[in-house]
Amino acid sequence: MKRIATIALLLAGAALLAGCPKKPTIVEPPTAGSQVGGSSTSGSANGASTNGSPLGGDADASSRGGVGADGSGPNSRKIIYFDFDKSEIKPEFASIVTSAAQNLTSHPTLKLKLEGNTDERGTREYNIGLGERRAQAVRRALLLQGAAETQISTVSFGAERPAAEGDDEAAWAQNRRVELVYLP
Amino acid sequence: MNKSLCWLSLLIAVAVFCPRAQAELVVEITNGQAEAIPIAVVPFGSAEEAAASFDVAKVVSDDLARSGRFRSMDRKDMIEQPHTGANIGFDDWRRLNNDYILVGQVQPQGPDRYNVVFELYNVLNHQRLLGYQISANKPGLRLASHQVADMVFEKILGVRGAFATRVAYVSVLGRLPNRSYRLIVADADGENPRIVMQSNEPLMSPAWSPDGQSLAYVSFEDRLPSIYVQLLKTGDRHRVSARAGVNQAPAWSPDGKKLALTLSTREGNLDIYTLDLTTQALTRITDDPSIDTEPQWSKDGQSLYFTSDRAGGPQIYRVGIHPGDKPRRLTFQGTYNARPRLSPDESQLAFVTQEDGGYRIATMDLKGRGDVQVLTKGRFDVSPSYAPNGAVIIYASRDRGRGVLALVSADGRVQERLVSSEGEVQEPAWSPF
Repeated sequence: MKRIATIALLLAGAALLAGCPKKPTIVEPPTAGSQVGGSSTSGSANGASTNGSPLGGDADASSRGGVGADGSGPNSRKIIYFDFDKSEIKPEFASIVTSAAQNLTSHPTLKLKLEGNTDERGTREYNIGLGERRAQAVRRALLLQGAAETQISTVSFGAERPAAEGDDEAAWAQNRRVELVYLP
Repeated sequence: MNKSLCWLSLLIAVAVFCPRAQAELVVEITNGQAEAIPIAVVPFGSAEEAAASFDVAKVVSDDLARSGRFRSMDRKDMIEQPHTGANIGFDDWRRLNNDYILVGQVQPQGPDRYNVVFELYNVLNHQRLLGYQISANKPGLRLASHQVADMVFEKILGVRGAFATRVAYVSVLGRLPNRSYRLIVADADGENPRIVMQSNEPLMSPAWSPDGQSLAYVSFEDRLPSIYVQLLKTGDRHRVSARAGVNQAPAWSPDGKKLALTLSTREGNLDIYTLDLTTQALTRITDDPSIDTEPQWSKDGQSLYFTSDRAGGPQIYRVGIHPGDKPRRLTFQGTYNARPRLSPDESQLAFVTQEDGGYRIATMDLKGRGDVQVLTKGRFDVSPSYAPNGAVIIYASRDRGRGVLALVSADGRVQERLVSSEGEVQEPAWSPF
């Protein structure tokens, strides 16, 4: 039974996956150097199964949208920067929050996405949490200044979408940020 | 011992079923083991040119050397090259300080089919330890070679080899702002890279299904995070979580029926949930205003290890999956311990810890007193993942400003670096057997 299945697999593999590695079969000969016909056990690994996965169909469909797609003039994209491991909005960025809140309250149909980011230090998934925490800090400040909940969404890219490359504080300071992106 | 092994990337265009990533990787053993076992892997004999063009012995020899547990004899120092046990002059090999010798042949068996026949001997007592043959087609000779190395490894060390396994990782190409992201599956030695998915937006957190057939991962292709499950054989994939807010950190339950994952409330509170992949039933596991993320299942499927900063900084906790189970904190040493991964025998937990300002891979003993050992010395060592035999941990590191993959033995004694010729590589995930 097993042998038949193995042979069928090999035939199917040969037909479908010409050129791809197929699962080798292991046979133990009774004595040194002798050859044994037929296969009894199949290999432990999954050579045949790892072959080519077609690329995700819509992988490249997305684009870096958002920039300038707002219809509300010069405030289309603003960035708030944060200290290491912090999500408090520093005083020098209060005016960005205030003008965004005014924008949202005076244009009730306007929608704003807050993209939270961290620097590269630490684990990737925990950084997603920290980026979300920063985006939420900005969201709360906007709600306090009169923006409606339905106008604001958040997303965290963690450390996955840096603004600057490099592994020093100069780059990191540019990467610890929340970007305010008006949605079309 | 500082040894550089060059990994040729096969640029040969193969069938449409086999898209390949064209990355060249180099292994550098940065810290070997003094008591490595000396073995001679003699070049295999072959009656046919085509078979001879694939060097089985080199793959076996490289696998064994890379494990840090063996020292492979340089073939230039071999005074003869026997292909069967009958032709081994044991006294000569003993004088050359070998404990073991592997000999073999690649025998053509009709069109595109070969038998890899091999024998392992103890040089000191002439005992024949292994005698097998593996049947493979030409492209399968590489996998067959890894299987030879697995059998030699297990016979001599009593530990199952993990050379015939795979590693998934994320490769980032291009400079800002034009980056592209690839999810790649390669053989455990970095050879044979195949692109599973590519996107202009981030891909992260690949996780193997327990049967090794599928990967779960996070994709930002819609500029929002979604979790996908993709069947490797066909490339078919489906989106399993695209809820409002965070959809992150997928981890398969040991029976393959559920994912643990991280979701967020509207207020941005990250908690851990389980998702039944058949019924779509969602169960909340943690409920705390802090960040709870990076779940990993215990082998019995009854509890989850995870990262939480409920006590201030990130620390590792364990919680049962039943309602009302209270999380228990496991790490107390230092201010940053995150991203737990359980060793296959559950004797050890690997995680990322902060030490001297750097992020490093550490292990905690789960059977004894909870002793913590920091295994690496880098500044950016993250994303540890155990080989399925538990002998080695692969992780993401940084080398001269670039993201690279690295290996460290679970006892910390052997270290290696895997350097990619292009792009940044990150988030390795070792496949099951």
